[in-house]
Amino acid sequence: MRTIDVSEIRDTVRMLCIDANTDLGEDVVRAFGESLEKEESPAGKAVFEALLQNAKIAREEKSPMCQDTGFTVVFLEVGQDVVLSGGSLVESINEGVRQGYRDGFLRKSICDPFTRANTKDNTPAVIITDIVEGDKLKLTIAPKGGGSENMTRVTMLTPSGGKKAIIDFIVQRCQEAGSNPCPPVIVGACIGGTPEKAAILAKKALLRKIGTTNPDPELAEMEMELLTRINNLGIGPQGMGCRIFALAVHLEKHPCHIASLPLAVNICCHASRHKEVEF
Amino acid sequence: MKKVTPPLTDDVIEDLKAGDQVSFTGVIYTARDAAHKRLVDLLDKGEDLPFDINGAVIYYVGPSPAKPGQVVGSAGPTTSYRMDAYAPRLIKAGLKGMIGKGKRGKDVVDAMVRRKAVYFAAIGGAAALIARSIRKVEIIAYEDLGPEAVRRMEVEDFRVVVINDTSGADLYDIGQEKYRIA
Ligand code: SF4
Repeated sequence: MRTIDVSEIRDTVRMLCIDANTDLGEDVVRAFGESLEKEESPAGKAVFEALLQNAKIAREEKSPMCQDTGFTVVFLEVGQDVVLSGGSLVESINEGVRQGYRDGFLRKSICDPFTRANTKDNTPAVIITDIVEGDKLKLTIAPKGGGSENMTRVTMLTPSGGKKAIIDFIVQRCQEAGSNPCPPVIVGACIGGTPEKAAILAKKALLRKIGTTNPDPELAEMEMELLTRINNLGIGPQGMGCRIFALAVHLEKHPCHIASLPLAVNICCHASRHKEVEF
Repeated sequence: MKKVTPPLTDDVIEDLKAGDQVSFTGVIYTARDAAHKRLVDLLDKGEDLPFDINGAVIYYVGPSPAKPGQVVGSAGPTTSYRMDAYAPRLIKAGLKGMIGKGKRGKDVVDAMVRRKAVYFAAIGGAAALIARSIRKVEIIAYEDLGPEAVRRMEVEDFRVVVINDTSGADLYDIGQEKYRIA
C-alpha cells in the first residue's frame, strides 16, 4: 500500500496544465523541422517556419501556443495498491485545472451545451481512469482544442469491409476535415472495442511520441500506408495545398464483438499537447 | 505581399485574389459564435451594431487572457464554418472581410461574389506569434461572453492569405488540386 495525498495531485495538475499549453513536446518540434525540409511548396514551408517560431515564443514567454487551450482531458492510471488520502480525487483534479487555467492565463472554453454559459474556470475536466497493477499513479494532462476535436468520428463498420473499409474511412475523414483541424495534424484511430472504448483509445493513441510506430507489425504497416495515402490528398499544412497534412498516424486495436467492427478517428492539430507525471 | 488597411473599398477588394499574401495594418473587429448570433439578432431588430460594419473586417478569434503587461494573450483564428450561418447576413450589411481558418460554405462564397467581400486565413494555431502583430485591444461589446466578447483590435503587419476572392475562387480547392497524387 502506498498513500498519495490528493493535494499533490492538485498541484501537479495545475503545473501540467500550464506546461502542456506552453511547452510543445520535442517530438512535435522535431517533426516541424523535418517537415520544413521535406515540404515542397513555399507556402507550406512558410507554415512550418511560423510554427517553429510560435513554439519558441510560447516556450520562452510561457504563453499558450494556441489561444484555444482546450478541454482538459486527464488520463489517470491508478495502481490498485495506491490509497488516495486528503479529500476527493475528482475535486482535487478540478481544483488543479482551475488554478492552472487562472495562473497560466489560459483560456476558459467550457460551457453549458444548451445555454452556452461559460463555467469560467475550464472545469470540469474529463477524467479517464484505468486501474492497473502496482502502487504507482500516472497522471497525463492532454488539453484538446475544439477545432480539431470537432473532426472526431466514431463509426460502426461492417466486419466484411475489413481493412479496406477502415483505411478508406480514415482517409475520407482527413479529406473532409481539410483545413479545419489546423494541419499539420496527428491522426489517431482505434479499430475494435466498443464505440466508447474505441473513442478513448483513439484519443490515447495521440499521446504516443511522433516517430514511434505501433509494435504490432500489421498495425505499423497500416500506419505507413495511411500516412502516404493521407498526405497524397495534397491538403498540406493549413490546407492550402502542399505535401504534409499529417505528421503521423497512430493506430490502436482492441478485440470487438463478432458482429461489429467499430472505428474511432481522432485528429489532433499541431498543438499536440500532453504532459505526464508518475507518482 | 499586398498591404491593406480597413475599412476596405470595392477597389481594394477586387484586387485581392485567392492565394495572395496580405498584410493588414489598422483596425479590425473580433467576433465568434455567440457574438455573431447577437449581431444578427440586432440586425433582425433593425438596431445598430456595436461598430460600423461598412467595409469592416471581422477576425474570428477568442484570445487567451492577457498577462500583466501584455496587450492580448495568444490570438490565432478559430474555425470559420461555425460562422457560416451568420456571415451572409453581415456581408449584406456591409462586411467586407473575414479572417479565420477552414473552408466556407456555399452560401458564404456566393454572398462574397455577389456583394464583393473576401475571406482570409491566418495560420491556425500560430497564436503566440500572431499576438505580436496586435498593438491595442479594447472590448467594445458583450463583455459577458468572455473570450467571445467583441473586441476592437489595432494590428500592424498581420499576415494572412486570401482564400476566397470575389470571383468565387477557393485557394483550398486550387491548392489541393495541384498537390493531389491520385
Ligand atoms: S485546432 Fe488546435 S491549433 Fe487549431 S485553433 Fe484549435 S487548438 Fe489551436
